[in-house]
Amino acid sequence: MALLELKNVTKNYNNECCALDNVSFSVDKGEFVSIIGPSGAGKSTLLRCINRMVEASSGEISVDGVISSSLSKKKLRKLRTKIGMIFQHYNLVDRLTVIENVLHGRLGYKSTLAGVLGRYNQEEKSQAYRIIEILGLNEQIYKRCDQLSGGQKQRVGIARALVQNPKIILCDEPIASLDPNASKIIMDHLRNISKEMGITIIVNLHQVEVALKYSDRIIGVNRGKVVFDGAPCDLTTRQIRDIYGSESEDLIFELGERHAG
Amino acid sequence: MRDDIFTKRRNGNLVFFLALLILSVGSIIITEYDVIKGFTSITKAVIWGGSNFYPDAESLRILPEIFPKLQETVLMSIAATTVAAVLALVLSLAGSQTTRINRIFSIVSRGIASLFRNIPIVAWAMVLMISFSQSPLTGYLAIFFGSLGFLTRAFMETIDEVGNNSIEALQATGASYFHIIFQAVLPASMPQMISWLLYMIETNIRDATLVGVLTGTGIGFSFDLYYKRFDYHAASLVVLLIVITVIVIELVSNNVRRVIL
Ligand SMILES: Nc1ncnc2c1ncn2[C@@H]1O[C@H](COP(=O)(O)OP(=O)(O)OP(=O)(O)O)[C@@H](O)[C@H]1O
Ligand SMILES: [Mg+2]
Repeated sequence: MALLELKNVTKNYNNECCALDNVSFSVDKGEFVSIIGPSGAGKSTLLRCINRMVEASSGEISVDGVISSSLSKKKLRKLRTKIGMIFQHYNLVDRLTVIENVLHGRLGYKSTLAGVLGRYNQEEKSQAYRIIEILGLNEQIYKRCDQLSGGQKQRVGIARALVQNPKIILCDEPIASLDPNASKIIMDHLRNISKEMGITIIVNLHQVEVALKYSDRIIGVNRGKVVFDGAPCDLTTRQIRDIYGSESEDLIFELGERHAG
Repeated sequence: MRDDIFTKRRNGNLVFFLALLILSVGSIIITEYDVIKGFTSITKAVIWGGSNFYPDAESLRILPEIFPKLQETVLMSIAATTVAAVLALVLSLAGSQTTRINRIFSIVSRGIASLFRNIPIVAWAMVLMISFSQSPLTGYLAIFFGSLGFLTRAFMETIDEVGNNSIEALQATGASYFHIIFQAVLPASMPQMISWLLYMIETNIRDATLVGVLTGTGIGFSFDLYYKRFDYHAASLVVLLIVITVIVIELVSNNVRRVIL
């Protein structure tokens, strides 16, 4: 059975048509899926419908066998612990240290009092240290996050998602604010997470060449509709034109270079 | 097209200054305020003050009398302000766009804030005197209510400035409302809030003097007493002490600010 399944998901903001239009697909455990599409296509909306940060207008989404739309508040919190999320702007609490931000990933498992006081047990702490080490942040562990570089901040974001012990990690343009070097480090970490830990990665990207390089599968979205769903090697110039519409010319040029090189 | 914007802006500024000029000249005419006499009487006041309103050696005898009064005023201001800050924190969390629980609470607490903020402290003192007569409690409550409105507003803006990003991230991990308040909102906004609190204490020590004149308590009462007895040397010593106190408090809070910000 698929880990994540979307059936006929539609989303209208303010009764306007249609940020998402009848989207259906399913994703397996450990898959690395990229979602590409022009600005305003509905990529962020799609991602946020999965953990119900945005409520879908209609359709059905199930995560790990649980249908999310009807869950009570408490059950929704429990479901969200299984879904990590990382953001373009990292969304850390800048005044807190790396370790504190990473441990925020455990809050979904906590009682009100324990979470308010920030009490974490030894196991949670050593897990956090382990993950921080994997992501190469040892030296920054007690630094405040406003003293980190963008690439380091994003790795803190990944660590926060990982301590949740998630089954899926959703990434909304994780490298859009980073230079090519830092971007590569982040994407390599994400690939390792999916290959070695078996965690499903769904990532919104606006660089087609990055999507081609890293993904097991690409989903192309245009105006809320899925217009492509397949392996990177099946993505043709024509289909890129379908996904991006008129913006596509320079993208196709880059793709041509890749095939030549 | 571009030029139009600049012309528009210049004309806008011109209109603004003209309006200001008309307003100012209009008010002078209506109130029959004599500008020349106004300025010449300033010099007169300075000359009178220089020859009468200064502490002399003899007035120092009142020091043991007024130190406890000064202390009472300072402590009363600090107590009233900090208690108001606690309530203001609750109101601002309920009122802020990013942390509000629902719209009705938000509107109510915004309403309380702007109502209390727009009633001058002196008016509070007068009104409260009706029920509590001339007592320290009247002064305490006047300062408390006056601060409550201002601090709620200031805290609300601080919370709004911290923004939605880290709140969104913690929501996505499955953290509950109180987790988010204590782990993200407060750590991020506390330094700025403390800075506002210190500012409020500074202004309140000044205002408490004035309130004391009305309610017959604290250092304001001492000032009133000496002033009405035409003991200008003693009255001026009181003023000098207040000025020194306010400066000391300001220096202390500037240091605190430097450390926390
Ligand atoms: N909160 C909102 N309220 C109203 N409309 C919204 C809201 N969020 C998104 N939209 C609309 O929904 C559509 C899809 O937006 P979305 O943010 O999902 O696009 P995107 O593919 O992530 O774009 P980008 O690449 O620029 O991030 C857009 O037309 C946008 O204007
Ligand atoms: Mg987006």
